[in-house]
Amino acid sequence: MRKYIIKRILFSIVILFFVTLIIYTLIRCLPTSYVETMAMQLATKPGSKPYQEWLDQLNASYGLDQPIPVGYVHWLKDFFTGNFGDSWRFTVPVVEEFKSVIGVSFIMGAIVLVLELLISIPLGILAATKQYSKTDYIVSASALVGISLPTFFFATILKLIFAVKLGWFDTHGMVGRNFAQLDDIGQLLDKCRHLVLPIATLTIGSIGSLMRYTRTNMLEVLNADYIRTARAKGVSERKVIYRHAFRNTMIPLVTIIGGSLPGLFSGALITETLFSIPGIGYASYQAMVAGDIPFTMFYLTFIAILTLTGNLISDILYAVVDPRVRITA
Amino acid sequence: MSEEIKTSNPAEQETYSLNDDRRVRVLSPGTLVAKRFFRNRLAVLGLIMLTAMFILSFIGGLLIPYGQTEQFYTYTYLEKEYVGVTHNEEFRYLVADGQAFATILQAQFLLAQGKGQDAFEYKDVSYTISEEGPDLYSIYDAEGTLLAVAAKDIVNTADGMADPSFTLKYEALKASVNGRDSFEAEGETYTLDEYDNVIYNGMEIAYISRFVVAARENGIVVTRDFKEKLEEALETDIDEFVYVGEDGEEHTYAISYNASAMVWSVKQETETYVYNSYASPSKEHLLGTDNNGMDMLTRLMYGGRVSLIIGFIVVFIETLLGVILGGVAGYFGGWVDNLIMRVVDIFYCVPSMPIIIILGAAMDNMKVDAQARIFYLMIILGILGWAGIARLVRGQILSLREQEFMTATEACGIRASRRIFKHLIPNVIPQLIVTCTMGLGSIIITEATLSFLGLGVKFPFASWGNIISDVNNSYVMTAFWWVWIPAGICLLITVLGFNFVGDGLRDAFDPKMKR
Repeated sequence: MRKYIIKRILFSIVILFFVTLIIYTLIRCLPTSYVETMAMQLATKPGSKPYQEWLDQLNASYGLDQPIPVGYVHWLKDFFTGNFGDSWRFTVPVVEEFKSVIGVSFIMGAIVLVLELLISIPLGILAATKQYSKTDYIVSASALVGISLPTFFFATILKLIFAVKLGWFDTHGMVGRNFAQLDDIGQLLDKCRHLVLPIATLTIGSIGSLMRYTRTNMLEVLNADYIRTARAKGVSERKVIYRHAFRNTMIPLVTIIGGSLPGLFSGALITETLFSIPGIGYASYQAMVAGDIPFTMFYLTFIAILTLTGNLISDILYAVVDPRVRITA
Repeated sequence: MSEEIKTSNPAEQETYSLNDDRRVRVLSPGTLVAKRFFRNRLAVLGLIMLTAMFILSFIGGLLIPYGQTEQFYTYTYLEKEYVGVTHNEEFRYLVADGQAFATILQAQFLLAQGKGQDAFEYKDVSYTISEEGPDLYSIYDAEGTLLAVAAKDIVNTADGMADPSFTLKYEALKASVNGRDSFEAEGETYTLDEYDNVIYNGMEIAYISRFVVAARENGIVVTRDFKEKLEEALETDIDEFVYVGEDGEEHTYAISYNASAMVWSVKQETETYVYNSYASPSKEHLLGTDNNGMDMLTRLMYGGRVSLIIGFIVVFIETLLGVILGGVAGYFGGWVDNLIMRVVDIFYCVPSMPIIIILGAAMDNMKVDAQARIFYLMIILGILGWAGIARLVRGQILSLREQEFMTATEACGIRASRRIFKHLIPNVIPQLIVTCTMGLGSIIITEATLSFLGLGVKFPFASWGNIISDVNNSYVMTAFWWVWIPAGICLLITVLGFNFVGDGLRDAFDPKMKR
């Protein structure tokens, strides 16, 4: 098992190397708009150097004058020594900006995950136990509706109903207008209030797939021989479902949930942007649109690492949870 | 694979011998799949939804009389400052021909007139004032020459007439303030009518009025007729009147009085030809118009076309890449498989949404043409999405490869490419169709999200996403539902349709399904 894990980790590192290489090449091939804009601004100042000189100087100071392979090796060296550079867009070290935004994203992700589990697993099981009933149809259809809802459209509708018409929440931002006047508890409540709509958007968008996954797996288990045996023995239906079937349904569920745990840190790019929630998603959106190479590189590498960790966790959990799976390294 | 179903009618069974083919109805696998598919109510609903959206997008665009970027105009009334009117309360001076009456003398005159004196001195020169009537004074110098006339009434030249001479003006003023209806000047006789019009030989040559009408903008010619109408309105104290100008255009004029400046400002309401922005739904525009005055329904149809075409082409690219690479990997195995699968792993790990956003922002920067942009977008989405299909195809082929029919093809000596594409791939097609159908929905959402963020399909092309992006203006979101709700509903219906159909197909293709 340990051998398998080590092998997988080494594999992941190789993949990560190529992924970052691709991302780095891609970003370097883009027109470096940020540097050009900055050079343009600096060149317009009175008594300043001409644009081209500024551009060359900035390119040199950001290491953009090196060819891509050299630049990549340079970036890699910096990355391993923990030097991620300064964000251009936010004008602070990348790590500092990252620290200031990751908290909100993680809290949001955690709440969404809990809600998702609480809603989708019971509904998925309900749908599977009553296959082809009206309940099943409604659950399956609403799961598909949840998957099909475009995030931005749904978020706008929520905003229109709850923020504009009913006035319960604000449409944008993380704090209200009178945030500074509130006491500590009031400030906390204010922040929570601003997270309601984004969390609702994310939850509705994510329960569908887990619900369908639960239903499919539960159906598979319910058709298995040992369930027939249990029923034949005269075990009560309740016991059959919650003792025998549910436990076995948990096997694929645990692996998929375990795999999604690193995703808690990845933030929600679109939803955070729509609601202007200062999380990692919104920060990286701003950085990407502004052509902020250090922050973007950091964010994309971070996401890639999270994805690889997620895959690794789910593979390991699969072996741990299901005793039938034996890993041969 | 064909399945035999016994006919239920026992009478028919007797007419045929036992091994007669007509005793059984043979259903092909395709028919069976179709049967199972159409028994699924959600799938049929999805099919209906998709059909409706296809008709809307592809046929609707042909039927609707408007073009994708056709703009509509409308008339609105714009109030424009036209003229300002003041009631003259100050003396104005008419200087006699060949004389001068400087400002300093005007001031001296005012002082003397205020005190009721009939003479004043300035710089050792004395001047005499003689009152000719109410608010009309003539000023003479020491030798008794007429220097100037001070009056509050103003003699205006009638339209198209030559400027009246000083004498004529002076005589007219004298006659007017003293209430006479005729006067003589320079040997001619003029009459004054009740409106203080100076008439000579039956022609109006000038008129006297205390209202000063000043044009507020260059190029405005204030006619006498208009002034009369205006004066009448001012006297009767109405605040709006309609006047037909010389060019035959009828305008409404609104009068408002500014008490502090003592000016009546007259605003002309002009009909202006503007884009018919955000018009509410009406008979001509069933879903209203958007910001640029384009018909919303038409935009919706063309937008659907763009969204659907992008979806199909991207899925085609994904499938092509996925099937070729997955097929090769699965069939050959060994190092080829290893290599391709590592590439798949890498593509799986590349965060696609951020990459697309970065590329979109870059295309913004390079000012890529809107049409080329759609093209690039499809290629980017296709290249980022093939890994999943490759994995699916490889997995299927790995298990199919070991089956007897593949051994048979090998024994027959069929060449490799034919074995893969003729015998293996067709067996993967059911799963492929399901994945592609569901994939179409998610690609349409991705494209719409990008367009919504302004990084996908750009104006002048419509796409459901960029139609909705108008809600970034929160006034549009709250006031003009027809701009974004219909596009969102179309998007939802289409994606839902693809998902329902995909789900239905998955169940229908599954031979284990009992129903």
